[in-house]
Amino acid sequence: MEDAAEAPKRRKRSPFELFPHASALGMTLETLADGRLVAAVPYDERLIGDPATGVIHGGVVTTILDTGCGLAAVMKLSGKAGVATLDLRIDYMRPSKPGYPIRATCECYRLTRSVAFCRGVAWDEAEEDPVASATGAFMITKLGWTE
Amino acid sequence: MSEPEEEARRDAALERLTLTSPYHRFIGVGFTRMGDELTGRLAYSGHLIGNPAIPALHGGVTGALLEITALMQLAWDDLWRRMEAGEAAGEGPPRLPKTIDLTIDYLRSGRPRDVFARATVLKAGRRVSNVRIEAWQDARGRPIAAAHGHFLMPDG
Repeated sequence: MEDAAEAPKRRKRSPFELFPHASALGMTLETLADGRLVAAVPYDERLIGDPATGVIHGGVVTTILDTGCGLAAVMKLSGKAGVATLDLRIDYMRPSKPGYPIRATCECYRLTRSVAFCRGVAWDEAEEDPVASATGAFMITKLGWTE
Repeated sequence: MSEPEEEARRDAALERLTLTSPYHRFIGVGFTRMGDELTGRLAYSGHLIGNPAIPALHGGVTGALLEITALMQLAWDDLWRRMEAGEAAGEGPPRLPKTIDLTIDYLRSGRPRDVFARATVLKAGRRVSNVRIEAWQDARGRPIAAAHGHFLMPDG
Protein backbone atom coordinates (compact mmCIF):
# COMPACT_ATOMS: atom_id res chain seq x y z
CA MET A 1 0.00 0.00 0.00
CA GLU A 2 1.40 3.37 -0.99
CA ASP A 3 2.05 5.89 1.73
CA ALA A 4 -0.21 8.83 0.81
CA ALA A 5 2.18 11.35 2.37
CA GLU A 6 5.00 10.11 0.13
CA ALA A 7 3.12 10.27 -3.15
CA PRO A 8 3.19 14.04 -3.88
CA LYS A 9 6.90 14.18 -3.14
CA ARG A 10 7.63 11.36 -5.55
CA ARG A 11 5.53 12.98 -8.27
CA LYS A 12 7.56 16.14 -7.94
CA ARG A 13 10.82 14.21 -8.20
CA SER A 14 9.86 12.20 -11.25
CA PRO A 15 7.96 13.99 -14.00
CA PHE A 16 8.37 10.85 -16.08
CA GLU A 17 5.88 8.56 -14.33
CA LEU A 18 3.23 9.26 -16.99
CA PHE A 19 5.72 8.40 -19.74
CA PRO A 20 5.99 4.62 -20.13
CA HIS A 21 9.48 4.23 -21.61
CA ALA A 22 11.18 6.80 -19.36
CA SER A 23 9.53 5.03 -16.41
CA ALA A 24 10.66 1.60 -17.66
CA LEU A 25 14.25 2.92 -17.63
CA GLY A 26 13.75 4.32 -14.09
CA MET A 27 14.52 7.82 -15.39
CA THR A 28 14.49 10.68 -12.89
CA LEU A 29 15.02 14.42 -13.05
CA GLU A 30 17.78 15.47 -10.70
CA THR A 31 18.26 19.21 -10.86
CA LEU A 32 16.62 22.07 -12.65
CA ALA A 33 18.24 25.52 -12.83
CA ASP A 34 19.03 28.24 -15.41
CA GLY A 35 17.00 26.38 -18.06
CA ARG A 36 19.31 23.39 -17.71
CA LEU A 37 18.25 20.02 -16.45
CA VAL A 38 19.89 16.77 -15.47
CA ALA A 39 18.09 13.52 -16.21
CA ALA A 40 19.40 10.23 -14.83
CA VAL A 41 18.95 6.53 -15.56
CA PRO A 42 20.23 4.19 -12.84
CA TYR A 43 22.66 1.41 -13.75
CA ASP A 44 20.58 -1.68 -14.55
CA GLU A 45 21.84 -5.04 -15.83
CA ARG A 46 18.86 -5.27 -18.20
CA LEU A 47 20.26 -2.25 -20.10
CA ILE A 48 23.72 -3.71 -20.76
CA GLY A 49 24.78 -3.73 -24.41
CA ASP A 50 27.72 -6.12 -24.35
CA PRO A 51 27.70 -8.60 -21.44
CA ALA A 52 31.49 -9.02 -21.80
CA THR A 53 32.04 -5.44 -20.60
CA GLY A 54 28.88 -4.59 -18.61
CA VAL A 55 28.64 -1.26 -20.44
CA ILE A 56 25.13 0.21 -20.84
CA HIS A 57 23.86 0.13 -24.45
CA GLY A 58 24.17 3.26 -26.58
CA GLY A 59 20.41 3.13 -27.14
CA VAL A 60 19.93 4.18 -23.51
CA VAL A 61 22.30 7.12 -24.06
CA THR A 62 20.29 8.16 -27.14
CA THR A 63 17.05 7.84 -25.18
CA ILE A 64 18.16 9.93 -22.19
CA LEU A 65 19.59 12.66 -24.47
CA ASP A 66 16.43 12.75 -26.61
CA THR A 67 14.24 12.92 -23.51
CA GLY A 68 16.42 15.52 -21.75
CA CYS A 69 16.73 17.78 -24.80
CA GLY A 70 12.98 17.53 -25.56
CA LEU A 71 12.10 18.31 -21.96
CA ALA A 72 14.48 21.28 -21.90
CA ALA A 73 12.61 22.67 -24.93
CA VAL A 74 9.19 22.10 -23.33
CA MET A 75 10.41 23.86 -20.18
CA LYS A 76 11.64 26.84 -22.21
CA LEU A 77 8.18 26.93 -23.83
CA SER A 78 6.74 27.00 -20.28
CA GLY A 79 4.88 23.77 -21.02
CA LYS A 80 2.48 25.62 -23.39
CA ALA A 81 3.50 23.55 -26.41
CA GLY A 82 4.94 20.15 -27.10
CA VAL A 83 7.93 19.15 -29.20
CA ALA A 84 8.74 16.36 -31.62
CA THR A 85 12.32 15.39 -32.44
CA LEU A 86 13.29 16.41 -35.98
CA ASP A 87 16.86 15.19 -35.77
CA LEU A 88 19.38 14.18 -33.18
CA ARG A 89 23.12 13.74 -33.62
CA ILE A 90 25.00 11.75 -31.01
CA ASP A 91 28.81 11.68 -30.72
CA TYR A 92 30.19 8.93 -28.53
CA MET A 93 33.43 9.88 -26.78
CA ARG A 94 33.94 6.76 -24.69
CA PRO A 95 32.04 3.81 -23.19
CA SER A 96 30.25 4.55 -19.92
CA LYS A 97 31.58 3.00 -16.71
CA PRO A 98 29.73 -0.08 -15.45
CA GLY A 99 27.94 0.50 -12.15
CA TYR A 100 27.35 4.24 -12.62
CA PRO A 101 24.04 5.86 -13.51
CA ILE A 102 23.95 7.62 -16.89
CA ARG A 103 23.21 11.31 -16.49
CA ALA A 104 22.36 13.83 -19.19
CA THR A 105 22.72 17.59 -18.79
CA CYS A 106 20.53 19.27 -21.40
CA GLU A 107 19.52 22.75 -22.45
CA CYS A 108 17.47 24.45 -25.11
CA TYR A 109 19.78 27.22 -26.37
CA ARG A 110 17.51 28.78 -28.99
CA LEU A 111 13.79 28.94 -29.69
CA THR A 112 12.32 30.15 -32.98
CA ARG A 113 8.64 30.21 -33.94
CA SER A 114 8.67 26.60 -35.12
CA VAL A 115 11.93 25.04 -34.01
CA ALA A 116 13.73 24.49 -30.69
CA PHE A 117 17.51 23.96 -30.85
CA CYS A 118 18.90 21.86 -28.01
CA ARG A 119 22.13 20.28 -26.88
CA GLY A 120 23.19 17.93 -24.15
CA VAL A 121 25.99 15.82 -22.76
CA ALA A 122 25.75 12.36 -21.23
CA TRP A 123 28.17 11.47 -18.43
CA ASP A 124 28.71 9.04 -15.58
CA GLU A 125 31.23 10.34 -13.00
CA ALA A 126 31.75 13.97 -13.99
CA GLU A 127 30.09 16.23 -16.54
CA GLU A 128 33.56 17.43 -17.64
CA ASP A 129 34.41 13.90 -18.79
CA PRO A 130 31.42 13.14 -21.05
CA VAL A 131 30.40 9.77 -22.46
CA ALA A 132 28.54 11.36 -25.38
CA SER A 133 27.23 14.67 -26.61
CA ALA A 134 24.13 15.47 -28.62
CA THR A 135 22.64 18.26 -30.65
CA GLY A 136 19.05 18.17 -31.76
CA ALA A 137 16.38 20.18 -33.52
CA PHE A 138 12.83 19.80 -32.28
CA MET A 139 9.61 20.91 -34.03
CA ILE A 140 7.36 22.92 -31.76
CA THR A 141 3.91 21.39 -31.82
CA LYS A 142 0.53 22.10 -30.34
CA LEU A 143 -0.21 20.02 -27.28
CA GLY A 144 -1.76 16.73 -28.39
CA TRP A 145 -0.19 16.94 -31.86
CA THR A 146 -0.27 13.75 -33.89
CA GLU A 147 1.95 14.11 -36.96
CA MET B 1 29.06 -29.56 -44.57
CA SER B 2 25.69 -30.10 -46.29
CA GLU B 3 23.56 -27.10 -47.29
CA PRO B 4 20.97 -27.53 -44.48
CA GLU B 5 23.82 -27.91 -41.96
CA GLU B 6 25.45 -24.77 -43.33
CA GLU B 7 22.19 -22.83 -42.98
CA ALA B 8 21.62 -24.14 -39.44
CA ARG B 9 25.15 -23.07 -38.52
CA ARG B 10 24.53 -19.59 -39.92
CA ASP B 11 21.22 -19.27 -38.05
CA ALA B 12 22.86 -20.39 -34.79
CA ALA B 13 25.65 -17.84 -35.29
CA LEU B 14 23.08 -15.09 -35.91
CA GLU B 15 21.20 -16.03 -32.73
CA ARG B 16 24.37 -15.94 -30.67
CA LEU B 17 25.24 -12.55 -32.13
CA THR B 18 21.86 -10.88 -31.68
CA LEU B 19 20.55 -12.41 -28.45
CA THR B 20 23.58 -11.93 -26.19
CA SER B 21 22.78 -8.28 -25.41
CA PRO B 22 20.43 -7.85 -22.42
CA TYR B 23 19.29 -4.49 -23.86
CA HIS B 24 18.13 -6.20 -27.09
CA ARG B 25 15.88 -8.38 -24.94
CA PHE B 26 14.78 -5.41 -22.81
CA ILE B 27 13.37 -3.49 -25.78
CA GLY B 28 12.45 -6.67 -27.71
CA VAL B 29 14.54 -6.46 -30.88
CA GLY B 30 15.34 -9.53 -32.97
CA PHE B 31 16.73 -10.24 -36.44
CA THR B 32 15.85 -12.37 -39.43
CA ARG B 33 18.10 -12.78 -42.42
CA MET B 34 17.91 -13.37 -46.13
CA GLY B 35 21.38 -14.49 -47.13
CA ASP B 36 23.69 -11.85 -45.76
CA GLU B 37 21.03 -9.13 -45.30
CA LEU B 38 19.50 -8.66 -41.87
CA THR B 39 16.13 -7.16 -41.01
CA GLY B 40 15.61 -5.97 -37.46
CA ARG B 41 12.20 -6.20 -35.86
CA LEU B 42 11.28 -4.28 -32.74
CA ALA B 43 8.24 -6.09 -31.31
CA TYR B 44 5.72 -3.59 -29.98
CA SER B 45 5.26 -3.43 -26.23
CA GLY B 46 3.52 -0.82 -24.07
CA HIS B 47 6.72 0.20 -22.27
CA LEU B 48 8.22 1.48 -25.57
CA ILE B 49 5.78 4.40 -25.67
CA GLY B 50 7.39 7.80 -25.21
CA ASN B 51 4.42 10.12 -25.31
CA PRO B 52 1.15 8.44 -24.27
CA ALA B 53 -0.97 11.43 -25.44
CA ILE B 54 -0.36 10.69 -29.14
CA PRO B 55 0.51 7.75 -28.52
CA ALA B 56 3.96 7.47 -30.10
CA LEU B 57 6.99 5.25 -29.66
CA HIS B 58 9.86 6.91 -27.81
CA GLY B 59 12.28 8.46 -30.30
CA GLY B 60 15.15 7.06 -28.26
CA VAL B 61 13.89 3.52 -28.84
CA THR B 62 13.57 4.12 -32.59
CA GLY B 63 17.12 5.52 -32.49
CA ALA B 64 18.27 2.46 -30.55
CA LEU B 65 16.74 0.14 -33.18
CA LEU B 66 18.59 2.02 -35.94
CA GLU B 67 21.91 1.86 -34.07
CA ILE B 68 21.47 -1.83 -33.19
CA THR B 69 20.60 -2.68 -36.81
CA ALA B 70 23.79 -0.98 -38.04
CA LEU B 71 25.94 -2.72 -35.41
CA MET B 72 24.40 -6.13 -36.08
CA GLN B 73 24.75 -5.80 -39.87
CA LEU B 74 28.44 -4.86 -39.51
CA ALA B 75 29.11 -7.66 -37.01
CA TRP B 76 27.18 -10.11 -39.18
CA ASP B 77 29.16 -9.15 -42.31
CA ASP B 78 32.36 -9.82 -40.33
CA LEU B 79 31.05 -13.17 -39.05
CA TRP B 80 29.83 -14.15 -42.51
CA ARG B 81 33.23 -13.47 -44.09
CA ARG B 82 34.95 -15.52 -41.42
CA MET B 83 32.48 -18.40 -41.75
CA GLU B 84 32.86 -18.37 -45.54
CA ALA B 85 36.62 -18.51 -45.03
CA GLY B 86 36.07 -21.71 -43.06
CA GLU B 87 36.76 -20.26 -39.62
CA ALA B 88 34.79 -21.60 -36.67
CA ALA B 89 33.45 -18.05 -36.30
CA GLY B 90 30.52 -17.27 -34.08
CA GLU B 91 31.49 -19.71 -31.39
CA GLY B 92 33.42 -17.21 -29.29
CA PRO B 93 32.06 -13.91 -27.99
CA PRO B 94 30.79 -11.64 -30.79
CA ARG B 95 33.18 -8.97 -32.08
CA LEU B 96 31.21 -5.74 -32.03
CA PRO B 97 32.04 -2.42 -33.70
CA LYS B 98 31.74 0.74 -31.58
CA THR B 99 29.53 3.66 -32.52
CA ILE B 100 31.52 6.85 -33.19
CA ASP B 101 28.55 9.02 -34.16
CA LEU B 102 24.96 8.63 -35.23
CA THR B 103 22.63 11.19 -36.80
CA ILE B 104 18.96 10.32 -36.65
CA ASP B 105 16.25 11.99 -38.75
CA TYR B 106 12.72 11.50 -37.48
CA LEU B 107 10.33 11.43 -40.42
CA ARG B 108 7.00 10.29 -38.98
CA SER B 109 5.82 9.52 -35.48
CA GLY B 110 6.20 5.87 -34.52
CA ARG B 111 2.80 4.25 -34.04
CA PRO B 112 2.16 1.68 -31.31
CA ARG B 113 3.03 -1.34 -33.46
CA ASP B 114 6.13 -3.26 -34.66
CA VAL B 115 9.02 -1.44 -36.33
CA PHE B 116 11.39 -2.93 -38.91
CA ALA B 117 14.84 -1.72 -39.90
CA ARG B 118 17.53 -2.44 -42.46
CA ALA B 119 21.07 -1.12 -42.75
CA THR B 120 23.16 -0.43 -45.84
CA VAL B 121 26.90 -0.43 -45.38
CA LEU B 122 28.03 2.40 -47.68
CA LYS B 123 31.66 1.87 -46.88
CA ALA B 124 33.10 -1.12 -45.08
CA GLY B 125 36.44 0.27 -43.98
CA ARG B 126 39.25 -1.49 -42.19
CA ARG B 127 39.06 1.00 -39.30
CA VAL B 128 35.80 2.88 -39.83
CA SER B 129 32.57 1.96 -41.59
CA ASN B 130 29.82 4.28 -42.78
CA VAL B 131 26.27 2.94 -42.54
CA ARG B 132 22.79 4.19 -43.47
CA ILE B 133 19.77 2.75 -41.74
CA GLU B 134 16.03 3.09 -42.30
CA ALA B 135 13.14 2.11 -40.06
CA TRP B 136 9.54 1.61 -41.15
CA GLN B 137 6.26 0.24 -39.87
CA ASP B 138 3.41 -0.44 -42.32
CA ALA B 139 5.16 0.42 -45.56
CA ARG B 140 8.80 0.16 -46.56
CA GLY B 141 8.33 3.27 -48.71
CA ARG B 142 7.14 5.36 -45.76
CA PRO B 143 10.07 5.24 -43.32
CA ILE B 144 9.45 6.60 -39.80
CA ALA B 145 13.15 7.34 -39.25
CA ALA B 146 16.50 7.22 -41.03
CA ALA B 147 20.02 7.51 -39.70
CA HIS B 148 23.62 7.49 -40.77
CA GLY B 149 26.60 6.83 -38.62
CA HIS B 150 30.29 6.01 -38.36
CA PHE B 151 31.43 2.88 -36.55
CA LEU B 152 34.88 1.90 -35.32
CA MET B 153 35.62 -1.66 -36.45
CA PRO B 154 36.77 -4.30 -33.91
CA ASP B 155 40.31 -4.48 -35.26
CA GLY B 156 40.48 -0.76 -36.07
